[in-house]
Formats: sequence, structure tokens, C-alpha cells
Amino acid sequence: MIEFENVTKVYPDGTKAIEEVSFTVEEGTTTVLVGPSGCGKTTSMKLVNRLEEPTEGTVYVDGVDNMAQDRIDLRRNIGYVIQEIGLFDHMTVGENIATVPELREWEQSRIDERVDELLELMDLPGNYRDQYPRELSGGQQQRIGVARALAADPDILLMDEPFGALDPITRDNLQDEFLEIQDRINTTILFVTHSIDEALKMGDQIAIFDVGEIVQYDTPTEILQNPKNEFVENFIGDNRTFKQLAITTVEEVMEPREERPPGDGDVISAATDGGDDYAIPADASLQVALTKLLGSEDPTLPVVRDGRVVGTVSERHVRSYFGPTEES
Amino acid sequence: MQSAVSTVAESIQFLSENFPEFLQLLQEHLLLVIISEITAIAIAVPLGVLAVRHERLKSPILSIGNVAQTVPPLAIIALMFPVLGLGFLPSFVALFIYALLPVLVNTITGLEDVEESTINAAKGMGMTPYERLTKIRFPLALPVIFAGIRTSMVINVGTAYLAFFIGGGGLGVWVISGINLFNMPQVLAGAVTGALLAITLDIGLAVIESRIGTASPDSSQVAA
Ligand SMILES: Nc1ncnc2c1ncn2[C@@H]1O[C@H](COP(=O)(O)OP(=O)(O)OP(=O)(O)O)[C@@H](O)[C@H]1O
Ligand SMILES: [Mg+2]
Repeated sequence: MIEFENVTKVYPDGTKAIEEVSFTVEEGTTTVLVGPSGCGKTTSMKLVNRLEEPTEGTVYVDGVDNMAQDRIDLRRNIGYVIQEIGLFDHMTVGENIATVPELREWEQSRIDERVDELLELMDLPGNYRDQYPRELSGGQQQRIGVARALAADPDILLMDEPFGALDPITRDNLQDEFLEIQDRINTTILFVTHSIDEALKMGDQIAIFDVGEIVQYDTPTEILQNPKNEFVENFIGDNRTFKQLAITTVEEVMEPREERPPGDGDVISAATDGGDDYAIPADASLQVALTKLLGSEDPTLPVVRDGRVVGTVSERHVRSYFGPTEES
Repeated sequence: MQSAVSTVAESIQFLSENFPEFLQLLQEHLLLVIISEITAIAIAVPLGVLAVRHERLKSPILSIGNVAQTVPPLAIIALMFPVLGLGFLPSFVALFIYALLPVLVNTITGLEDVEESTINAAKGMGMTPYERLTKIRFPLALPVIFAGIRTSMVINVGTAYLAFFIGGGGLGVWVISGINLFNMPQVLAGAVTGALLAITLDIGLAVIESRIGTASPDSSQVAA
């Protein structure tokens, strides 16, 4: 858990980077800091692992004022993906990833295992282990930066624009991958981006920053449905409804099907009759669902999970989710 | 052209006729260069680290190095004579002083030129200042430091000829007395072998560098 309590940071040169900032990242959740360049996102992040120290206020890490914790221990327990990637050019990919486990003096066999595991997780071929960072593409380097931060299984992860250097398609893939990883590792994550779309996609909570302060701290849905002021509205952009379609799953709007005994022949055939293209996975977004509905002869399509029909969805369900007042 | 060819032939003959003496001079020369160089490295590298760690020490350290470098080598040698007399010791001290600066400057530059983002990453991952120095800054600066050592070593081979003036021996014995006697074959025999020595030492250092250095892509290409 990370807690900011009235934190102000003034740099020695007099720049006030953030002022009276308070928010909490609950254990196992992801909070995304989003906002224009220079609004204090990186500074906030550095306050967590004490690369910077607050001028006023307190940052609690796992309930304890981080100024009272040993700086080195604190950092070794927090994974950190820095904005500039910052790989060590004189070390191989494997050595880069193994940095924190090495510092923590893990056994060599355990380190090797972990490096292999992470290369696989990041979808990098095992022979990259012995290559040098400069031999790799920007996107690959960024993935190694993420792997390096994850190496020692930290409870807390700080990710400063971890997918910034990627083309939209790779970024999208990596975001998906990371959401999956996140499900498995249950880490408390503070994630920085300047893209609202990335924030909506990655965050359980989003903190929208204007210069030096948080304007709104809410769930993605809440931010889309009730932007607090004009700054937030402008930041989201004008296609709010469309964005909401992207972050809402079919499951949230479908009509659930009554429980039937497992193995019911009718249920299974309904899911498979029309082929894979016919049914909609329960965790698909409403964008996907609408696209399918618009392209389908049937007004209602089955929703499936693990090959079983769990409900049905039609345009009407999507519409009613947004309520009658929603425009555009 | 004729005379140049014959001079070369004569100097080869001179070399082979005086081979035992040549080996003696070469050994003196090499010893002077290597011992003064190693001492210079042993002093300059820690001094450079100190200068980088403590900003306040940097300019005094650098100015000491600069002063040492601006005094002409012959003057340093002349200055050593009244203090330390004749022979190996004053020659060694003079060469050491002269070898110091390139290593010092390159150590400081190399350590300081490591990118801020790299250092920040190391810090953020919980490296102590000492670990950052030994695991990050120093290995990344190593190619630059080595470049300084190589420059300094090559200069050192040339400067060591002057040791002759204060009885330090070395190849300067042939070259300088050869000049005085208008004995061109002798001058050439001493000078060319010195040049070959410089080249050999330089290559040797390059090999060492690629061995101990980070086997980073570009330095391994140099070795290949
Ligand atoms: N070391 C520093 N010394 C002085 N001012 C700084 C320092 N680091 C950052 N700042 C200033 O603090 C403010 C916030 O910087 P910060 O890096 O936190 O912004 P950011 O939100 O991460 O921006 P970006 O999206 O461009 O990365 C900026 O005005 C910046 O110029
Ligand atoms: Mg930033």
C-alpha cells in the first residue's frame, strides 16, 4: 500500500513540483497518474522510493513513513521502471534483469530460473539473455526494463511511462500482456502515463494531475461518467462514450443466463454452433461486443466463458447501461 | 633514396652487432615506462574517483594534474636532478608526473559522462553509492579510462628517451648520443625500436582492455 498525505515537493531551485497531494494506492491495485508534461508525475513516483524526499507531508509505504525506513532496503523492495529505461549498457540482458536479485544475494540457480521466467513472461526469446541492451530495439529494451523491475517479486511497482517508446500496436499488446501479468502477481502498482487511454485501460484508480496537484482521483468509469471539471473533460477528449465502451466488459451489461447444470448439451452447442466468431467472450469490451452485434444478423448474441454460455447481450443492453441521458 | 636505404641497412647491422646492449637499453626503457605508468594509474584513478565524489576537490586535483602536464618534460627532468640526483629514481619520478594527467582527466570524464538516467536506475534499484561506483560508473567509464592510459603510455615511451640526461638509461642512450656523434644508424636503431615498443604496448593494452573490460559489443569488435 502507498499513501500520500499532503505531500509538497519543492526542488532546491525553487520549482514547486507538487503541492498538498494526497491519495492512496490500495494493496494489489493499480493507480495511474496521468496529466500533461511537467505536472509532477515523475516527482510523485520518486517520492515513493525516496529518490526525492518530500518538503512537506508524508509518504507511507506499507503503512510506515518511508523516511523512517532504510533507503536501500526500501528501494530493493520496490520495483522501478524509470522513464528513460536506463538499462545498464555494460551488462547483458540477463545481468540487467538479475540486478536486484544479485543485490539481494539470491542463489545463482534461483537467479537463472527467475531470469528465464521473466524473459518468457515478456515474450523475449531465451537467447536474448546474453545480448547487450544496445543490440535490441527500443520496444525490447523497454520490456527488459519492466522485467528488471519485476525480478525480485516486489510488493510495490513504480512504472514511469513503461510503454512510452512503443508503437501503438506493440504498446497495445504489452498493455494486454501486463494486465494479465497483473492478475497473476497481485502487486501494488503506481503507473505513470500521459495518455488518458492508457490510464483508462490500466488503472483501477486514476489520478488526473494538473500542474502540481490532483484534480480528480476516481475509478475509470467514474471519471468518464462524472468528470469533475472542464480540465478533466478536456483531458478525456470528446469521445467519452466510446472510451467507456473500451473499458466496460460485456459481463457488466449482459443479461445473465439462469444457472443450469454443467454439461448441459444445449448450452454448449449454443456457444459452439455459430463458431468462435459468433459468441462473445465475457471479458471482451463493449467495443468488441458492439462491433460484433452490428455485423451480425441476430440482434442478440451469446456471451461465453470457458466455452459455456453465461448470458446474452444485445444493443439494448449496451444502450441501457449508459442510461437514457447519455448523448452522442 | 640510396642513402636512406643504406642507412636502414646500416642501422639493422648496428642493431644486430650491439644486440646485448640493445636488450639492456630496451629493458631499462621498458622498466621506466611500465613502473612509472603503473604508479601513475595507481594514483590517478583513485584521485579521479575522489574528484568525482567530492565536487570541491575536483578543481584543485585537476589543476595539479594540469600544472604537471604544462611543464615541459625536459624541465621536469632537469628539476628532478638537484632533488633526487642521477639514475633511475629521478627519471621514474619525472615520467610518473608526466603520465598522470591523461589518466586523471579521462578517469574524471569517464566517470562523469555516465548517463544520469543510468545512475538513477541504479539508485532506484537500491544500489549503495559504493555499488553504483563499482558496478555501474566504473565499468561504464572503463573504455574512457583505458583510452587515457593508452595515450599516457605512448607519450611515456617518447618521454623516457629524455631519462638519458639524468642517467636513467633506456633507448635515449643510443638516440641522443647518436645525435651528438652524427651516427644515424645508431639514432635510427634506437628510435624505430622505441616506436615499435610504443605500438606493441598500445596493442597489448587494447588486448587487456577487451579481456577485463565489459565485453560490450563495440569493444569486442575491436578485439576480433
Ligand atoms: N531535479 C529537479 N530539479 C528542479 N526541478 C525539477 C527537477 N525534476 C523535475 N523538476 C521540475 O518539476 C516539475 C515536475 O517534473 P516531473 O518530472 O515530475 O514532471 P512529469 O509530470 O513527470 O513530466 P513528463 O510527463 O514530461 O515526464 C517540472 O516543472 C520540472 O521541470
Ligand atoms: Mg516524467
